[in-house]
Amino acid sequence: METGRGAELVFVQVAKQFGDQQVLRRIDLTVKPGEFIAIIGRSGCGKSTLLRLAAGLETPTSGMIQLDGQLLHGLNTAARVMFQDARLLPWRRVIDNVGLGLKGDWKEQAITVLEQVGLADRAKDWPSVLSGGQRQRVALARALISRPQLLLLDEPLGALDALTRIEMQRLIERLWREQRFTALLVTHDVDEAVMLADRVVLIEDGECALDLPVRLPRPRQRGDAAFADLVDTILRRILSTESDEKVIAASSMSEKRRAL
Amino acid sequence: MKESKKVKWIHEKVVPWGLPIVLLVAWQGAVEAGWLSSRVLPAPTDVVAAAWDLLEKGELWQHLSISFGRALIGFAIGGSLGFVLGLLNGVFRPAERLLDTSIQMIRNIPHLAMIPLVILWFGIGEEAKVFLVAIGVLFPIYVNTLHGIRNVDAGLLEMGRVYGLRPWQLFWRIWLPGALSSILVGLRYALGIMWLTLIVAETIAADRGIGYLAMNAREFMQTDVVVFSILLYALFGKLADSIARFLEKRWLRWNVNYQNR
Repeated sequence: METGRGAELVFVQVAKQFGDQQVLRRIDLTVKPGEFIAIIGRSGCGKSTLLRLAAGLETPTSGMIQLDGQLLHGLNTAARVMFQDARLLPWRRVIDNVGLGLKGDWKEQAITVLEQVGLADRAKDWPSVLSGGQRQRVALARALISRPQLLLLDEPLGALDALTRIEMQRLIERLWREQRFTALLVTHDVDEAVMLADRVVLIEDGECALDLPVRLPRPRQRGDAAFADLVDTILRRILSTESDEKVIAASSMSEKRRAL
Repeated sequence: MKESKKVKWIHEKVVPWGLPIVLLVAWQGAVEAGWLSSRVLPAPTDVVAAAWDLLEKGELWQHLSISFGRALIGFAIGGSLGFVLGLLNGVFRPAERLLDTSIQMIRNIPHLAMIPLVILWFGIGEEAKVFLVAIGVLFPIYVNTLHGIRNVDAGLLEMGRVYGLRPWQLFWRIWLPGALSSILVGLRYALGIMWLTLIVAETIAADRGIGYLAMNAREFMQTDVVVFSILLYALFGKLADSIARFLEKRWLRWNVNYQNR
């Protein structure tokens, strides 16, 4: 596995059906190496399914997924996933959770990653004594120790309180900027999407309904007018499906405004 | 500071033994005063004397080791069979479909009801006792292992696969530890059933062992030896339970429910 370089991920006319239910109709999406993409949408729109397809946990009903030009089949070994619940093994100490599945001498490396997420002093603890935010930080350390080319984040901050969430967003952004892996974040929080992503993709009716670049300088500020503007635009786009044209017009307006 | 520590120690270690000691003293007193016939219940000192006598003649060790051996061999055979079947049927659906119904049918026969048949098959030799113990412990281990495996968090298994664990790593790191608390519950039940089965089997058909010791003593009206045999079973039961508790404490350290117990 190469270090410091993200993978390119391409969805080509991907559709996914569970029984009679068409979850994804037609997804065309290209994620450039090292890019941070946020996928948003109403609950049940299939955004988590998209992520599971990228992880190789599901196979597309039709279409294909390419990873660095190679057709993805079976589990995606270049990818690591962070789930909504941390999914730490309760019977292994923090450090052994971080080193899960690794061979050779990984202890030192594990301590280093735990330092990066600020939990080196909890290495010997059981996961049960950690707070929700700390568990997610351990999960992040576990995901990053193997230097993945692609990090898939399935609403990993959804269950955290507002302050912890902001802390985690900063941590994820910092580590992403240091390591330049490709990141795919599924979230229902538009604020979070705009905070972190290079592009925000909206999934609606099983298709990519909106693909909006976020050209705000990092680190981004929530109080910023352009930030608030963009969040507002996206929210209005999600909430009003009937007045599509108007909102898209508004979005391009606000983009122009920012460019000025 | 020191004083309060001492008080705490007395509370924790001495108080629980208060009632048994009072009962024992009352029992001894009642026999010596003639309120209780030693035919009905011999004095505690007589029981101790009988134990000493058996120990001196070397008879006790012989019976003890025989009973112990039967228990262990039966437990090893039945326990490992139940464990393997539980794992197999828990992990592989087709195996469960093939085997579970049959196992559940056999499970519903009270295994002690098979004693006449077992005596016909094996006589009153060692095999009969070992067989009964094995059948007795098989099912609690099987049922609880299956239940434990079934309840392993699917999310953890999925995580394990995403993080590149091979099938045997999945088994050792996720399936087995995830099922362990349930398996240990099965172990505790099985240890109880192990003694129960052995007592019944040895009492009905045996020429050696603690059960035989008790039945033989009954014929000679040696109430003290009978009481002593019963106490031996109680002691072993307690010992088995302590072992199970120790394993729980050691293997389930990570589980808050088993910490500081």
